[in-house]
Amino acid sequence: MSQYLIRRLLIAVPSLLGISIVLFTILALAPGDPFGELAMNPAVPPEVRAALREKFGLDDPVMVRYLRWLTAMFQGDWGFSFVSRMDVDTLILQRLPATLIVIGASQVLALLIALPVGIYAATRPYSIFDQVANTLAFIGFSLPTFFTGIVFILIFSITLDWLPFVYQSNINATGLAWYWGHIKQMIMPVAVLGLFQGASWTRFVRSAVLDVIRLDYVTTARAKGLAERVVVMKHIVRNALIPVVTLVALQMPAVFGGAIITEQIFRVPGIGSLLISSILANDTPVIMAVTFVFACLVILFNLIADILYGWLDPRISYR
Amino acid sequence: MAGEPMTEPLLAIHSLKTHFRTDDGMVRAVDGVDLTIERGEALGVVGESGCGKSVTALTVLKLIQMPPGRIVDGQILWQGRDLVSLDMGEMRKIRSKEIGIIFQEPMTSLNPVYTVGEQIAEVVRQHEPLTRREAMDKAVEMLRLVHIPTPERRVHDYPHQFSGGMRQRVMIAMALSCNPQLLIADEPTTALDVTIQAQILDLLEEMKERFGMAIMLITHDMGVIAESVQRVVVMYAGRVVEEASVDQLFDRPLHPYTQGLIRSIPRIDLAAEKKSRLEAIAGVVPSLLDPPAGCRFAERCAFATPECTNAMPELREIEPGHRVACIQY
Repeated sequence: MSQYLIRRLLIAVPSLLGISIVLFTILALAPGDPFGELAMNPAVPPEVRAALREKFGLDDPVMVRYLRWLTAMFQGDWGFSFVSRMDVDTLILQRLPATLIVIGASQVLALLIALPVGIYAATRPYSIFDQVANTLAFIGFSLPTFFTGIVFILIFSITLDWLPFVYQSNINATGLAWYWGHIKQMIMPVAVLGLFQGASWTRFVRSAVLDVIRLDYVTTARAKGLAERVVVMKHIVRNALIPVVTLVALQMPAVFGGAIITEQIFRVPGIGSLLISSILANDTPVIMAVTFVFACLVILFNLIADILYGWLDPRISYR
Repeated sequence: MAGEPMTEPLLAIHSLKTHFRTDDGMVRAVDGVDLTIERGEALGVVGESGCGKSVTALTVLKLIQMPPGRIVDGQILWQGRDLVSLDMGEMRKIRSKEIGIIFQEPMTSLNPVYTVGEQIAEVVRQHEPLTRREAMDKAVEMLRLVHIPTPERRVHDYPHQFSGGMRQRVMIAMALSCNPQLLIADEPTTALDVTIQAQILDLLEEMKERFGMAIMLITHDMGVIAESVQRVVVMYAGRVVEEASVDQLFDRPLHPYTQGLIRSIPRIDLAAEKKSRLEAIAGVVPSLLDPPAGCRFAERCAFATPECTNAMPELREIEPGHRVACIQY
């Protein structure tokens, strides 16, 4: 097992190197200039701009810049944000908690919806419950989060005025009121993300359970005289969860990506909004770092999915 | 049974009808089956694919999917108790504890994510107040009984670590672990290769001797019937067409369908002498969606007369213990 882990982590190194080369090249080829704004500013003479470009090494060939970025990265230096005037790693660490809390809570919500609804619907296929659940899941899955997000804001913030629609990192309150303030502003982004994810997972859980429910060993389990609840939980769901767990783990990085849009709509000061604002400002070190973090997450969650898969299914062995 | 009117059969099925609702209409998979099994007896149920053998077996334990399946009519008297009207809670106490079942596909009948020991222990603990430890010991003992080598180690293995024949042994161990009075074996050897088939049949025989349970052996293989059972029920299109002892059936098959089945057994002695082609019964099993009126075998029968399609022939006793549903007799 540990040997397998070490080998997988070693394989990850060339993948990450490859990804970083592609990312860096694309960013270098992309139009835009981090000091483009300065060109418009009459107070900054062109010589100063040129000096700045030279200081940050922007005029060097791509190859040289990449190698410089790579050696810095190996030494734990993530670069320096042109716009925020601070180290990229501090910037990311500042933004990370908001993203993790919102994403984490929405994924928990999605699972809390998808598992019971998907399982119950699959055990009673084509019943009223199943049809209603299917229809709602289809709607939830078809509506993009930028649309539902705005609808939520219209209803709950503007019409009803129950929830704030701008996320604030600093809430001027203490004690319970502080927690309540945080929870209140999280409700809408978490609901939008969680319902969307929950809808697509409900469909997946349902079909995974339906795949298992007609298998011979389920009949065997019933023939043993087990209660239906035990048959469903121990024999059906346990097997149906194998593909579900894999899917959830593999989708995690994609969810970070999907959260970019939701974060932007609700002004959640997370990684996603950091990425968008740095793209708009041509802040290449930040774009590079954030996309690289996403790449690491993809590889990490792939590894987690494989390990979970082997843990859940005894037929898989690590070799 | 005339001499002992007090003995009731272990299992007596009377005019059982199990139908399935489908998009195309009602499929009459089992349409009026009568059969009895005495204590300690091995009964063979034989017939082509789709004749209702398996559905009959699953109906006894109420293991058919309901809906779409439904027991429309009839009685399943288990030691005098009618299982048809029993609720699921009562039914669960009979499953495995009183009636065990093994299936055709040992490759898929065991849950891949639990060890075979866990799966045997599960059924033991469901019906007997044993601790986990004691149930595992029981599992080892059962695996030893079905001749699985080094059972104390194999008990911790997963189903995929066993071959097909070994898995069927595990299934038998599991089905017998609560000492049922009847074992339903639904084509237990169909998915296995020939040498393993013989081993499994021998094992069933041995277990029958040791535990004294009755066996309902469902198969489409007349060879298996000849070797393993005392009495045979021949099914066709959801009905019983003939019932006899094995000797009667092979010596003097009455129903044209049974005669066809026996003629279609490959025989190496005849084949070598005459180079004759293997006989098959012409035609296919009629659709159970809308079965023909009258005898269901009439359209494939060489002896059919216009009368055959008038009314469904009932089972009638021709000689002691030999009953047939055919108007010829």
